[in-house]
Amino acid sequence: MKKFMKNKKQSLSLLIIVMLVLPFVLNIYWLDVLTFVLFYVVLAQGLNIVVGYTGLLDLGYAAFFAVGAYTTAILMTTFHWSFWLTLPVAFLFAVVAGVIVGAPTLRLRSDYLAIVTLGFGEIVRILAINLEITGSASGIYGIPRPTIGSYVLSTQKDFYYLILVVAILSIIIVYRLGNSRIGRAWVYIREDEDAAEAMGINRIRLKLLSYASGAVIGSFAGSVFAVKMTAIAPLSFSFQQSVMILLAVVLGGLGSIRGVVVGAALVIVLPEILRGVDDWRHLIFGVSLIVMMVFRPQGIWPAKHEADDEDDLEEDESKDKKQSVPV
Amino acid sequence: MDIFLQILFDGLVIGAFYSLIALGYTMVYGIIKLLNFAHGDLYMIGAFVGFTLLSLVTGDGGLNTGLLGIGMVFIITMVIVGLLGMGVERLAYRPLLLAPRLSILITALGVSLTLENSSMLGWGASYKVYPISLPKNGFEIVGAQISYAQIGMIVLSALLMIGLRLFIDKTIYGKAMRAIALDQTASSLMGVNVYRIIALTFFIGAFLAAGAGIMSGVYYGTINFMMGFIIGLKAFTAAVLGGIGNITGAMLGGFVLGIVEAYGTFYLGGSWKDVLAFGILILFLVFKPTGILGAKEMERM
Repeated sequence: MKKFMKNKKQSLSLLIIVMLVLPFVLNIYWLDVLTFVLFYVVLAQGLNIVVGYTGLLDLGYAAFFAVGAYTTAILMTTFHWSFWLTLPVAFLFAVVAGVIVGAPTLRLRSDYLAIVTLGFGEIVRILAINLEITGSASGIYGIPRPTIGSYVLSTQKDFYYLILVVAILSIIIVYRLGNSRIGRAWVYIREDEDAAEAMGINRIRLKLLSYASGAVIGSFAGSVFAVKMTAIAPLSFSFQQSVMILLAVVLGGLGSIRGVVVGAALVIVLPEILRGVDDWRHLIFGVSLIVMMVFRPQGIWPAKHEADDEDDLEEDESKDKKQSVPV
Repeated sequence: MDIFLQILFDGLVIGAFYSLIALGYTMVYGIIKLLNFAHGDLYMIGAFVGFTLLSLVTGDGGLNTGLLGIGMVFIITMVIVGLLGMGVERLAYRPLLLAPRLSILITALGVSLTLENSSMLGWGASYKVYPISLPKNGFEIVGAQISYAQIGMIVLSALLMIGLRLFIDKTIYGKAMRAIALDQTASSLMGVNVYRIIALTFFIGAFLAAGAGIMSGVYYGTINFMMGFIIGLKAFTAAVLGGIGNITGAMLGGFVLGIVEAYGTFYLGGSWKDVLAFGILILFLVFKPTGILGAKEMERM
């Protein structure tokens, strides 16, 4: 493993080549599983911005997934738009939705945000079930296939590559954001909100920005999900979905890009392997959330070398912990 | 007029359940500033433990057990679930009391999932029919049908709430709780065993939630392992409505929410019921985050 880490660039390009070749090796079942892993990679990266970087617990993240999926689905079926044109509209709606949830609650304790996002997630799901335009409980079906020029994306492999591109894109975006001025401000807010504000960080604006960025990535995954499945229903955007995405982020490591990728893979692949104990799945997930938080809050593969000076930061943190007075 | 009164009364019964659950939320929040997501699930576990015990007591499913037997079941269930609440605090929350807020919130979510799914594995995923059903007889006031059972539930809830109020105001433990809510470090320096009082708070919260669980099982007739999720959210809304951290506020908030929801369901239709409750929650958080009876100052972080 260590040798693997030393040549970061080489191992990354190797990984990408493997991902490109995989569809020719795997059977259709595992290709589908892998496609869903990639969906989760995108979703978990989006949530990683909100929960991992900024430290805001969002329990209704599936709502943004739904916003993307429904926007694309409605525009493509009812208004016959091209898939690619629906994307900016979906992003816009996601930003609006993110601001609607975020703006009223970001001034309050972050606990409130958790419960309001939970409520918001439920509201979006109930709206999708009750509204005429979203096709009520049965959802929307017969979503057309996207086209590139004259080529129609229709096979499993096409969508695998499409979501692979989206996943790589979202990883690059999240990585770049995380290492930018904005990303450092987010982490600062997570570590100490008061100090961050004293240093001149506009915490409301930056939290909203974090929220909106996460929402856009979530809706991107949703849009691709709609055209891949060709049919969407409210059931795909339940609270369980939000929890699974959160679990991927927490298992992998809050704020750690590669950790989150591993987390997404675990959350999707483990249930496939453990088919026999399906009933136990959610119980195992619940227990693992507790165990992770109590014994290894930094996740399976924590964000250690993500930034160069992270090591110093961590030392400071551990010192702080020792000094804090038990109450 | 008759329908107006009827809805008011139905709302009061649901409001009593909300109040009892909201009390646990608000007490835990007041004392350790934790939103215990798993609280709604303790209510669900209460309903299931009560179901099992009542099935044992009634045997053939008839209502041949005296009030004494049912009362015993109530108390035993509430104590069992209270102990479970303490166990949850000990295993999942106490190690994280000093950790960042995010960790303990995620843990609370994990506890909620764990309780829901262990209950599903233990009691099954299907709806369970409660072993006793309520006598339907009652009386009529200006056309509204009110059963004695509904009156009984409201009275029982009121008694529990008065008991809690007395406990917090008059006993030494209540005093300790209020002290910890004000300043944890200072209380610990004054010789208050902080961990024990926190455990006691969880016990009382779970105890009351379990009471609401059995009553709602008896009232609605069916129970399910997911029943705690939505009602937990509603109870939280009730706690915010009344002013989180405020005991009387939680009681009031529960009843207000129950009544508003009952009217909302009547005028807007059942499918919008939950949207109404969450809408109220968001509106309150925006315009009056301290709630109806909340403390004047409020931590804005």
